[in-house]
Amino acid sequence: MLCQSCGKNQANTHIKRVVNGDIKEYMLCEVCAEKLGYGNIFNDFNLKLDDFLGSFFTENIPYMLKSEPTRCEKCGLSIEDISNSGKAGCANCYKVFYDKLIPSIKRIHGNTNHSGKLAANVSADKKIENKTKKLEYKLQEAIKEQNFEEAAKIRDKIKDLKKEGEING
Amino acid sequence: MDKWYEKSGADGDVVISTRIRLARNLSEFPFPCKLQKKGADAVINLVKEAVLSSNSQLSSNNFKYIDTQKLDKITLISLVEKHLLSPDFVSDKIEKSLILSENESISIMINEEDHVRLQVMSQGFDLEKTFEIADSLDSLLDEKLSFAFDDKLGYLTQCPTNLGTGMRASLMLHLPGLKQSGVMEKVSANLLKLGLTMRGIYGEGSEPQADMYQLSNQVTLGLSEKTTINNLKDIAKQIILQERTVRSEMAKHIETIDFIHRAIGVLKNARLISTNEFMKLISAVRLGVALGEIKGVSLDTINFLMIEAQPAMLSKFANKDLTAIEKEQKRADLIREIL
Ligand SMILES: [Zn+2]
Ligand SMILES: [Zn+2]
Repeated sequence: MLCQSCGKNQANTHIKRVVNGDIKEYMLCEVCAEKLGYGNIFNDFNLKLDDFLGSFFTENIPYMLKSEPTRCEKCGLSIEDISNSGKAGCANCYKVFYDKLIPSIKRIHGNTNHSGKLAANVSADKKIENKTKKLEYKLQEAIKEQNFEEAAKIRDKIKDLKKEGEING
Repeated sequence: MDKWYEKSGADGDVVISTRIRLARNLSEFPFPCKLQKKGADAVINLVKEAVLSSNSQLSSNNFKYIDTQKLDKITLISLVEKHLLSPDFVSDKIEKSLILSENESISIMINEEDHVRLQVMSQGFDLEKTFEIADSLDSLLDEKLSFAFDDKLGYLTQCPTNLGTGMRASLMLHLPGLKQSGVMEKVSANLLKLGLTMRGIYGEGSEPQADMYQLSNQVTLGLSEKTTINNLKDIAKQIILQERTVRSEMAKHIETIDFIHRAIGVLKNARLISTNEFMKLISAVRLGVALGEIKGVSLDTINFLMIEAQPAMLSKFANKDLTAIEKEQKRADLIREIL
């Protein structure tokens, strides 16, 4: 069907919104969806996947296309499923498809490494790394303020943490 | 108990409310898009237990559990109008639930886009305190539920746009001045470059309703919660300053003053009023109150009206499904009574 906003382009994005006390569903084209803030973050990714499969085809190994794609063993999704819906099926998907997802993730966030709060079940190494990072930041501040007594204390703390890390590792 | 939205807060002339939302998932269950009924029920029970069990440190908030499957459509939509549920929540099929604090400032949506969507709202411009509340609730929940987390990607979420902190911090802004001066598109475009987004709150048409905009962080991976909040705060301060400058310029023109007084005149006298007309007029009145042009009406009253005069809220209050004309009448009655 045609986009319900511009009425010109083919609609391919389905959105829901509450309007005047009712749930309304709309079909929009990519351009209008983008404009109204419903862009599909995986659009680029899809294109690349098409190219990739396309080149497979021309390089005369068509049977490869029919072979079963890799699936997440926990939820059964393939990378194509994820790129089509824009949704991962479970936490394990991020492990299985990490390398394939990382370009899109980088495009969305401009980053690929978490910085911030750590969950309770995070690994001991990550905890130490994070604490060390925070202390190193404090150390820089102390040095800037020429507070050398404080800086020495922080240095000792960092040393202790690194030792702890080596024991764990 | 009063609802959280019945008062205005810091910088209330421009900032209506602050919202922090955290997306979290239980590591041993598939995300909601792949969750079967049995798993969905299990997630609901685990979260419910974590929040509501008698030994929970969360009990001071007087949380109540709402079985959303048992609610009628009007009640559900009224919860969307109060920003306590998302539109998707209402129409999708899988087992979902909602836990609400007594004053409705804290809500926990279960099995929406993620297993847990923890949301805290406050009046006015109050990012730090709102975040603190969300953060401490999150830590308590995490102890019991053990959220899905990856060393590199942070909190794991169904949609990769929320990876990392899983945090969306937003400010609801009233920007009649900037809107009037035609700079909104340019401002929005510049914000994108800074990892922030500004969206109009849309009504029926494509024009933002009542000149209301939501300013939020876009990036969740690679920036800490603190950095994200500081960025948002700095930018919001600049926007507030600009908005006030434009407003005081506008106030020098008799056309603006006339427009404001006409708006309150209509609101105080109309017997039928549509959502769209109401939103346009209430925006002008809000501006008039902020400028000190309209006396005897507080920002608290306006914030309250903007929530309570929405269609499903009116039907909910009337306890039946109202026709279009009945809604317009009820709305006009409510406005006259409050003003
Ligand atoms: Zn279109
Ligand atoms: Zn999976």
